[in-house]
Amino acid sequence: MIKIWSMKKNEDAAAKKKPKTSAAQIRVQKDLTELDLPSTMKTNFPDPADLLNFTLTITPDEGMYKGGAFNFSFSINTNYPHDPPKVKCTQTIYHPNVDLEGNVCLNILREDWKPVLNLNSVMVGLQYLFLEPNPDDPLNKDAALEMTRSRDQFLNNVRATMRGGYFKSVQYDNVLAR
Amino acid sequence: MASAPSTDWPGRYYHIDQVLEKPGPRTDPAFLAGDGVKDFLRNQAKILVIGAGGLGCEILANLALTGFKDIHVIDMDTIDISNLNRQFLFRPKDVGRPKATVAAEFIMKRVPGVTVTPYFGKIQDKDEDYYLQFNLVICGLDSIEARRWMNATLVNMVDPENPESLKPMIDGGTEGFKGQARVILPTFTSCYECSLDMLNKPTAFPICTIANTPRLPEHCIEWASVLEWPRVHGDKKMDTDDPEHISWLYKVASARAREFNIEGVTWSLTQGVVKNIIPAIASTNAIIAAACCNEAFKIATSSAAFLNNYFMLIGTEGVYSYTFEHEKRHDCPVCGGEALDLTVSPDSTVENLIDILIERQDIQIKKPSLSTPTKQLYFQAPPQLEEATRPNLEKKLSEFVPANGEITVTSTSLPFSLSLRILYS
Repeated sequence: MIKIWSMKKNEDAAAKKKPKTSAAQIRVQKDLTELDLPSTMKTNFPDPADLLNFTLTITPDEGMYKGGAFNFSFSINTNYPHDPPKVKCTQTIYHPNVDLEGNVCLNILREDWKPVLNLNSVMVGLQYLFLEPNPDDPLNKDAALEMTRSRDQFLNNVRATMRGGYFKSVQYDNVLAR
Repeated sequence: MASAPSTDWPGRYYHIDQVLEKPGPRTDPAFLAGDGVKDFLRNQAKILVIGAGGLGCEILANLALTGFKDIHVIDMDTIDISNLNRQFLFRPKDVGRPKATVAAEFIMKRVPGVTVTPYFGKIQDKDEDYYLQFNLVICGLDSIEARRWMNATLVNMVDPENPESLKPMIDGGTEGFKGQARVILPTFTSCYECSLDMLNKPTAFPICTIANTPRLPEHCIEWASVLEWPRVHGDKKMDTDDPEHISWLYKVASARAREFNIEGVTWSLTQGVVKNIIPAIASTNAIIAAACCNEAFKIATSSAAFLNNYFMLIGTEGVYSYTFEHEKRHDCPVCGGEALDLTVSPDSTVENLIDILIERQDIQIKKPSLSTPTKQLYFQAPPQLEEATRPNLEKKLSEFVPANGEITVTSTSLPFSLSLRILYS
């Protein structure tokens, strides 16, 4: 009896199975197609069919990081927007709020994330870090310390490290916009 | 069904029958007191329990003792020794065995005449045909993701032409001394997704605090798991169920704690923080499970008005409970938004469909972006995706969407999204 039942079930399943769009998927579609980004930010999808993994390039047009092109990877899981997107800087850069592994200290990516926020808010938040680096919430302590001590020296360090190469025994990536 | 020998000894359901043999002052007029409802409850109703953990054990016992006789249970977990203090269907000898299987065996042994059918696996393994066979679904889950999936599945199953496709979902949840029970009538009342922004978010500490100014043992543990693990192990994924991984984190967190003179990092705190464990309280589970089963009984028998629709229990200071009607969200991505049947010519292209959406008086959507459950048809933005999907515009819709297939439309002019069902003329 159980056998007949399970056979019937398989037949039905094959005939009727239609995948449904998940809430996370719809939400990502909505977020992406309604992105309102300034010309200083650009998304890039290595696989255009995969909406959950992409990169963002920020090319600040003012501030201390002007002239650089900074890449971030975005990875969204199926529990979005309950869970925030996972964002990492893919280059080694000298920034008080980004550590050498690419972790980013942005409140809305962790403790202040809410489902009402969206990808646009996160991207605008990231860009803000380059316009107004915040030495009071440091992830790269040396950079933050330098910024508080001497803004000029900090700016020199930013300029130097953006060209890439060694600085204080750390190998930085060349991030100058091409 | 093989006809089992009757196990209903005299007086077995004496107390339950008090409620089923005569209507009360507030019973639904549709309630037919007497043998009919008893027969439905005991011989016809088929109920699905999701989760056989803290809530699930209580729910299964309550249902069986109330008189439900055809119960199914799904759980993907195996029994851990730490479950035994409250998951009372399990014994030390059961450690390592599937929760669903052991719970089913226990109930069947203990409550004569009840059939409990276990499934050891994920709810996602089952399809709509499976869920269609039940009259009711009760969830005793600890995961938001699983609830969202179950909720969306039951909402999507609703077919206006088939009343049987509407399966009431009763959702129980507990967190320490707090808990909630709610009744969801898919598409009629607010659904789980409608209330997603009411959820407490798990405690997260600012990453800069973790990196620079740790003050709590939790900061040290987060430092080990969020910053040190990926730095040392690269892409290797951390498995919070692997004791060796927890031990590594414990060792690293302890060293960090010593450096900053912080006390209190222990192995079990480490496990608790990385798995985001909130101590489970047996009595909270018992109260919430009872509330859920009470609703199941009322819905299955119509013997009394059921909960409309959200009950919450706050036991942190005294015992406080509050019941209210959580409202449906019109812009809910699961149950809100519009669903529309659209008949188009089999020769229509994707672009034709977009023109229809823009021009039709009753739809009038600005700049729609379209996708099927598996593919993007056309995205208005960002530029790269617009370019990648542009070639689809001149292709025939029927290449991507079968008859009765679904298309999700999003647009700034929609509260959330529009779900289209495509029919071909």
